[in-house]
Amino acid sequence: MPSMTMVEAIRDAHVVSMERDDRVVVFGEDVGHFGGVFRCTQGLQQRFGATRCFDTPISEVGIVGIAVGMAAYGLRPCVEIQFADYVYPAYDQIVSEAARLRHRSAGDFTAPLVIRMPTGGGIFGGQTHSQSPEALFTHVAGLKTVVPSNPYDAKGLLIAAIEDEDPIIFLEPKRVYNGPFDGHHDRPIVPWSKHPLGEVPEGHYRIELGTARVHREGSELTVLTYGTCVHVAQAASEEYGVDAEIIDLRTLVPLDIDTIVESVRKTGRCLVLHEATLTSGFGAELAASVQERVFHHLEAPIRRVCGWDTPYPHAHEWSYFPGPDRVGRAMQEVMSA
Amino acid sequence: MESDGEPTLRLRIPEPNRNFDPAERVRRHLSPPGSMPKPKLDEKVERLAMMRKQLVRVLDDDGRAVGPWCPDLGVERLQRGLRDMMTVRTFDARMLRAHRQGKISFYMQCLGEEAIACAQQRALRPGDMHFPTYRQQGLLVAGEYPLIDMMNQILSNDHDPIKGRQLPVLYSSKAHGFFSISGNLATQYVHAVGWAMASALREGTAIASAWIGEGASSESDFHAALVFASTYQAPVIFNIVNNHWAISTPEDFARGASATFADRGYGFSIPALRVDGNDYLAVHAVSQWAAERARTNLGPTLIEWVTLRVGAHSTSDDPSGYRGDDAKHFPLGDPIERLAHHLRTIGAWDDQRHAALQAEIDELIETTFREADAHGEAKNGSTGSPKSMFDDVYATLPRHLLEQRDQVEG
Repeated sequence: MPSMTMVEAIRDAHVVSMERDDRVVVFGEDVGHFGGVFRCTQGLQQRFGATRCFDTPISEVGIVGIAVGMAAYGLRPCVEIQFADYVYPAYDQIVSEAARLRHRSAGDFTAPLVIRMPTGGGIFGGQTHSQSPEALFTHVAGLKTVVPSNPYDAKGLLIAAIEDEDPIIFLEPKRVYNGPFDGHHDRPIVPWSKHPLGEVPEGHYRIELGTARVHREGSELTVLTYGTCVHVAQAASEEYGVDAEIIDLRTLVPLDIDTIVESVRKTGRCLVLHEATLTSGFGAELAASVQERVFHHLEAPIRRVCGWDTPYPHAHEWSYFPGPDRVGRAMQEVMSA
Repeated sequence: MESDGEPTLRLRIPEPNRNFDPAERVRRHLSPPGSMPKPKLDEKVERLAMMRKQLVRVLDDDGRAVGPWCPDLGVERLQRGLRDMMTVRTFDARMLRAHRQGKISFYMQCLGEEAIACAQQRALRPGDMHFPTYRQQGLLVAGEYPLIDMMNQILSNDHDPIKGRQLPVLYSSKAHGFFSISGNLATQYVHAVGWAMASALREGTAIASAWIGEGASSESDFHAALVFASTYQAPVIFNIVNNHWAISTPEDFARGASATFADRGYGFSIPALRVDGNDYLAVHAVSQWAAERARTNLGPTLIEWVTLRVGAHSTSDDPSGYRGDDAKHFPLGDPIERLAHHLRTIGAWDDQRHAALQAEIDELIETTFREADAHGEAKNGSTGSPKSMFDDVYATLPRHLLEQRDQVEG
């Protein structure tokens, strides 16, 4: 089985989808000739031609609005927003148009499209290249929100997203594009070629949206997380001696609540972990959902470890990012509660 | 005020003159009927430049159709156009009455603007897609969409084609080339370009037509639509219906320091024309010209339709708080009267036929409304099961919506 980085896996998902369905079109800023600033669409224009993969003006409202119109026509647009931090000009087109078109027209018009965007921190990107805005999308009826943490999942999830009948927000944690970053920024980078989830099958396969993955089995504590933080949780678990069961949610909406409930029933303790700011973050939704369903199985209060409620800092990135030490200490606190 | 001889900075805030006279505005750039040349389809945009400051008109004050823009429609199609416009006006009047009777929650009429949507619909082809605002009901009427479906939508009853999901008049009909109206302004302008680009990418023949009011042309979506259409030369028509009022705000605030809204096209090298929107023949001719440009891969065209919103913005709006007596007249004439005058002038119409047609339409609207009203209305709870609100959020219901639906009674 070939080894791929997450960038290569995402690129391969495009190739597979574009070969299988000629309605799939790919566009965005720098996406065509150059292949994207992170190279996720490299070679697609050369392979499929400029009518299938092309560059656009710098206008997020235009990119998403065009995609809605194309999807209404019957195409399957898969567009890139260069950084999740830049998506806000398109927010009305996503929330008021893509998300609600099927409902408001009673199925007369639909918007099957994918909006991909690099998300999250850890690259010294400052406040405009590091944000994790997933909660702005999970709050919106009609959208599905996906966050892969590794190459294998990224390919299968992206193929499933492109084949889906509804608009998908596909957030790609840029810090794990090239390796399973565990939060130890001062250590050498580990490439995906040395990780089992870097092994990616050729050809077509799907990972169904709404299915979580147990990243690490454990007995003492359930960690609910996604994206880069999956690897941070693993490091914390090992380094702080807590036998954590780490659930990689993969899809935030729809949420795989069964896998979550089963794990918390088993461990009786729950920690929620994400890079995004704490207040009104998706972690609040997770904590509420867990206590609504398995309150009587809980042996300790649910604990959230998240980004602070500040803009994402440049100089103090590693004080902001919920790294393995912060997570590990929180795990120990939950265990002793 | 000056300091050290240098002027201090100040803003020009458009004069809040709430009694401004749209008739005077129109006269600033008025051109005599028949005076405007009709350019060839691929004319260089620079040579069309002055058309954005002038006004294409075909019908003159004596009811004659004059000049190179005069379309060859024949009597039957003109009579059909008259019927379309009279149907829209009668429909609007009946719905306003239904609102006063408390049967419907909200309505938006298009009094005075009937020619624009009615004539353009007849100038385009089945398969083309309009991306309308809430004041283009003429597209549906002239597109022969069932009037009863419009009324069922307005009543939000259990025959409403969009299942009570939207405010009255926010229709949707893919089969009739009418894109679902959002209710948020300007978003559809970009969708039209995307749809047109898709049609070209798939080597189709259908074109898109984008609609916006002059007020909403301030939105960023408007400018994004123009840059994308200009860049990819998309087969799309950009309509700006300048009815001079954005609720209470005169056109000055959206237009900025430009002379006209058609000026917007020039910076994008999009041919832009100003047209008398109350002149059925001019609307038909210019729409057809723009459609031909799109169909022959000559790219987008922008049209500013000059008209006046004669009525209130909506049934929730009371113009007496901001508006003088400009609504009492049509600065360019009543579009229905002008077309009827023309038909009488060419010997194809008379008062008796006009009265007979009006009576026929009155009867049609009345009968249709009785039938729709018999299906009930949202206010008396005849809109089906409330559980249906969970349908169509997604293609298939996810787990969390199934659980929530179970909590709703009915």
